[in-house]
Amino acid sequence: MADIRNNFVGIKSPNPFWLASAPPTDKAYNVIRAFKAGWGGVVWKTLGEEGPPVVNVNGPRYGAIWGADRRLLGLNNIELITDRDLQVNLREIKQVKKDWPDRAIVVSLMVPCVEESWKAILPVVEETEADGIELNFGCPHGMSERGMGAAVGQVPEYIEMVVRWCKANTRMPVITKLTPNITDVRKPARAALAGGTDAVSLINTINSITGVNLDSFAPEPTIDGKGSHGGYCGPAVKPIAMNMVAEIARDHETRGLPISGIGGITTWRDAAEFMALGAGNVQVCTAAMTYGFKIVHEMIAGLENWMDEKGHASLDDIIGRATPNVTDWQYLNLNYVAKAHIDQEACIKCGLCHIACEDTSHQAITSMVDGVRHFEVIEAECVGCNLCVNVCPVENCITMEPLAVGVMDQRTGKPVSPIYANWTTHPNNPMAKVAAE
Amino acid sequence: MATGHFKEGIAGGRLSPEQYADNFADLHPPLDHHEALVESDRCYFCYDAPCMNACPTSIDIPLFIRQISTGNPIGSARTIFDQNILGGMCARVCPTETLCEEVCVREIAEGKPVQIGRLQRYATDIAMAESKQFYQRATPTGKTVAVVGAGPAGLAAAHRLARHGHEVTVLEARPKAGGLNEYGIAAYKSVDNFAQAEVDYVTAIGGIDIQNDKVLGRDYQISDLTRNYDAVFLGMGLGGVNALRADGEDADGVTNAVEFISELRQASDLSGLPVGRRVVVIGGGMTAIDAAVQSKLLGAEEVTICYRRGQEHMNASGFEQDLAAANGVTIRHWLQPKRVVAEGGKVSAIELEYTALNGDRLAGTGETLTLIADQVFKAIGQSFVPAALNGGSAAIELEAGRIKVDAEGRTSLPNVWAGGDCIFGGDDLTVSAVAQGRDAAESIHRALTSNGRA
Repeated sequence: MADIRNNFVGIKSPNPFWLASAPPTDKAYNVIRAFKAGWGGVVWKTLGEEGPPVVNVNGPRYGAIWGADRRLLGLNNIELITDRDLQVNLREIKQVKKDWPDRAIVVSLMVPCVEESWKAILPVVEETEADGIELNFGCPHGMSERGMGAAVGQVPEYIEMVVRWCKANTRMPVITKLTPNITDVRKPARAALAGGTDAVSLINTINSITGVNLDSFAPEPTIDGKGSHGGYCGPAVKPIAMNMVAEIARDHETRGLPISGIGGITTWRDAAEFMALGAGNVQVCTAAMTYGFKIVHEMIAGLENWMDEKGHASLDDIIGRATPNVTDWQYLNLNYVAKAHIDQEACIKCGLCHIACEDTSHQAITSMVDGVRHFEVIEAECVGCNLCVNVCPVENCITMEPLAVGVMDQRTGKPVSPIYANWTTHPNNPMAKVAAE
Repeated sequence: MATGHFKEGIAGGRLSPEQYADNFADLHPPLDHHEALVESDRCYFCYDAPCMNACPTSIDIPLFIRQISTGNPIGSARTIFDQNILGGMCARVCPTETLCEEVCVREIAEGKPVQIGRLQRYATDIAMAESKQFYQRATPTGKTVAVVGAGPAGLAAAHRLARHGHEVTVLEARPKAGGLNEYGIAAYKSVDNFAQAEVDYVTAIGGIDIQNDKVLGRDYQISDLTRNYDAVFLGMGLGGVNALRADGEDADGVTNAVEFISELRQASDLSGLPVGRRVVVIGGGMTAIDAAVQSKLLGAEEVTICYRRGQEHMNASGFEQDLAAANGVTIRHWLQPKRVVAEGGKVSAIELEYTALNGDRLAGTGETLTLIADQVFKAIGQSFVPAALNGGSAAIELEAGRIKVDAEGRTSLPNVWAGGDCIFGGDDLTVSAVAQGRDAAESIHRALTSNGRA
């Protein structure tokens, strides 16, 4: 039986599934329900400094986009950090940690960008005996207008400075949460590392407008006729988040820096993918907000079953296993050739592969053969682009089949070369390096 | 005295008023907004979609479903009506299980097609409820066209001709327009007087004058029409009913199924409509099913369909056969009527002979079966009655007993077109009649506007 116990920068939890700092972790009631459901840990919803708490809007806080059958694909929110009194939160954190010692409780923090503010909050958090802190440098709405959240996270120098303050003023592990609303996520990650962070977590939410009401001509969610960009999350952001995790995992400066992966994780498979790319554990929010805490049962069982099936004994066997395979485009093997293949038994003859290829790609799939509706790949035209695979509604009906070395590629008329050759040495590349003799 | 189900003979009032209302409610209740969205999301928007190719009127089904899913039911209705102005009725009565839904790729993939018919009804219902008219008449051409029969073929032709700016006069033998939509078709497929609502919707375009109680051969001849109109479209359907060819079939209680269905459709009070306690229906098509199921719904205790061939030969679709079975109708195969047994002039039983295929030929085996029956419905097909065609002009050429037409719907007479069940090749489907009426109208339009006078 696979061991899925997690040790993330010294913070132990029975599984790698944490709830991210967000509405599901705003108070003891929710967190206790989550722990009862089996979640390995939580990042408590972001605390602000002592004093009157922030206030939230009293209209809609969330917007969404949906796929077929109104399945939620992307969620955005304009909720701020906790709007509950600091002392109430601290008391609850302390009690819950006492009652659930085997679960991880990390406290998310966001206070003004001056050292005194951080010096003030760190000891009171430490006193709760929470396992660590997460610096919220990501929140893209509201707080950023006040010089906090993403306003810090978008300036690497600020990140480094605040991380340094925190490391100097607490014994707790520091996880720096990064915003995706930047051009190159490696820069803030390097800054956090330079400041001494124990780990980074990413991604926070993405600036977004989920919809426009075409009667009132107002963005959604709409508060009294107006809307504001909110933070986007959910399954739709997973590819963006995974790329950012991989970029940090494979960067020569930040390689080895522990990463807590966040962004659209909904199933065990999503979690395994994040960890394979280098995440030491994962944080989940939207999936819980969509389906409730029970989804962790599927995640735990799914991860264990997959690991058992593949013979992975512990999480260390899978974390970062895919990182070395993430490379730059210029290093991809241009001599590799794959062709689409349509399983005629599985084909339901919807024709989507044909029309996608015919209208928008390479005219490489038939629609009619000998007067009969029939969809078949024309290998002499197929560039192996994979679009047909992606639009086919039947899983595994269309597959990409690599051509073996030596086999004639009917499109180019050349046999598949056994030699790895990439763009850096390609004759069409004006900056090509001359291949070594 | 026996009441309800147990009344002997042919009698009305077998059920309570509530039971009549329940029994004759909408067979497929309309999809509500949420259901329509869920269902429309199932459509894959196939390329060169099989459903569209299976539709006799070639409605762009993927497009109209996508329009429903994107919150544009009015645009969806327009897509439907562009091809089929009687899309509302077709959504109710089309045997979709043997047309669009049979070839839906979801049927192939999951055995569960997208419910195209119900989605079509959803969109057309919304447009019709809003009295949304999509078409304006073209500048009047000054041409006149006579249409014989206000059934699906005639109405489709009339609408398309009116759109093109021609003046259309529709001559209908019955007191109401609609043809089989009004007088045929099981009541639970067209509730709330939908047939008349659709006639009103179609004729609202203007330029269509429907004259009722005008019978060809009695009140006018084809020669009158060819003389007084620039073109003529014949869409009179089938006037005759095939005989049982069984001894004693003139006994009281032996009725044409189409007449029974027609009476039922026109009845203002179903409890006043008499039906037998034990009913036997002879036939294997939709009419047989409609008569049998409705007999059961009117309170008949036992209803048996007897068909002379096997289940696989029945014209009624699998869905219709299941519907009959679900309503308690027994379907028996390989039985042909031999003799109607009467007592005091009234049916008391029917003697049937077992049949078998001898090579390609169906033959009686000599073995018989007698079913007690106080009512027997004949539903063994309708036939074209050509007699009315022959007044005062050259005879129209027939083929296999129906009017012969070319690919555009032209008959052998100049300026006379035909479509619907009355033509050779008609397949007894509302939707095919609509396609033929529409296409003949286009042919008429081309003929009327290419002769230099328009």
